[in-house]
Amino acid sequence: MTLTATGFDWVRQLVHRESAIVLAPGKEYLVEARLLPIARQMGLPDVGQFVDSVRTRPSPESTRKIVEALTTNETSWFRDGDPFTALTSTVLPSLLADRRPSDPLQIWSAACSSGQEPYTIAMLLEDALPNAASRVAITATDISREMVERTRAGRFSQLEVNRGLPAPMLVRHFSRAGTEWEVAPTLRRMVTASECNLAAPLPRMGPFDVVYLRNVLIYFDLPTKQAILRRVRALMRPDGWLFLGAAETTLGVDDSWERVVIGRSSAYRPLKGA
Amino acid sequence: MRALVIDDSRAMRRIVSGTLESFGYETRQAGHGQEALDVLLEGWVPDLCTIDWNMPVMDGLQFVSAVRSNPAWRAVTLMMVTSEGEQSQIVRALAAGAHEYVLKPFTADAIRDKLALLGLLPQEVAL
Repeated sequence: MTLTATGFDWVRQLVHRESAIVLAPGKEYLVEARLLPIARQMGLPDVGQFVDSVRTRPSPESTRKIVEALTTNETSWFRDGDPFTALTSTVLPSLLADRRPSDPLQIWSAACSSGQEPYTIAMLLEDALPNAASRVAITATDISREMVERTRAGRFSQLEVNRGLPAPMLVRHFSRAGTEWEVAPTLRRMVTASECNLAAPLPRMGPFDVVYLRNVLIYFDLPTKQAILRRVRALMRPDGWLFLGAAETTLGVDDSWERVVIGRSSAYRPLKGA
Repeated sequence: MRALVIDDSRAMRRIVSGTLESFGYETRQAGHGQEALDVLLEGWVPDLCTIDWNMPVMDGLQFVSAVRSNPAWRAVTLMMVTSEGEQSQIVRALAAGAHEYVLKPFTADAIRDKLALLGLLPQEVAL
């Protein structure tokens, strides 16, 4: 039994309610693909039956699994490398010039998925800053509990380390742990991971010097995008830097940001007085 | 762009070649390091070599060292594609002059990501 229109609509509403992510009509294939492994895990032959069973008898555990499966965690090391190049070429030198040597540098990876982004940042900063371990604090958040736990663990499969992690960085910052690779303890200590729903009021954090909020806004409707950008801005230093995904912008969404072109990427900075 | 795919497994050569061709590469294949060196010596110098480690006649590490010892081939990018996953082996290959290392099993995305890192992905594929 394939997913019925009623079933799809129920999933759509659930995901929107829990995460504010909009699943447009036509995304039935995505729901099918993402939920099939969970349906199989539960001994059900297809997504239609799985959704119907949760719909008629919802439990917090099963609805959480559905939301997590649909809040996407496609990721790789140095994903769209330009925002990372910008960090070391422009953002870091500017921060070091503007801050006192004892000031901590606080960075937020706001949709950290399984941890590739925060650990990419940690590796770059450790290579660029002699005292990174004591000076840099990276806050990694994700809506998915499973992803937060994976980030905390800092262990990656062979398939995962193949995805865009330069081999010299692999051997410098990881060690082999059975069939997996484990991030070095110094990097793990720089990263603190916690659950956070960007579409809900945010916990007390920051103030952040740099925020990576990439490939998140594309999933939300305009009012939610505006609310997220407003809340993120409130957690940033007035001279902080925000990186969005390559297909995302603040233009036409929230005019209290200034766009700064850095090489092939763009950063956004809070507009003074806005 | 040109790639020389070096692996003693015909199936693996076909997979790697197919992946690279889907990115717009012109490919040739060799079953071991010596056969690959012969291709270079005959004048077909690629932009990229993908290299298995364990092969008969001349293994991947020996091939890397041989290529690196000839300044005429300095521009050739060497990428190991192997199931040799020990950290010490990766260090050895990099020290010998390999630029990148892909662990088997891999996906086409893994090859694409590595080529993007190396600046060897045609722009239309990168987008």
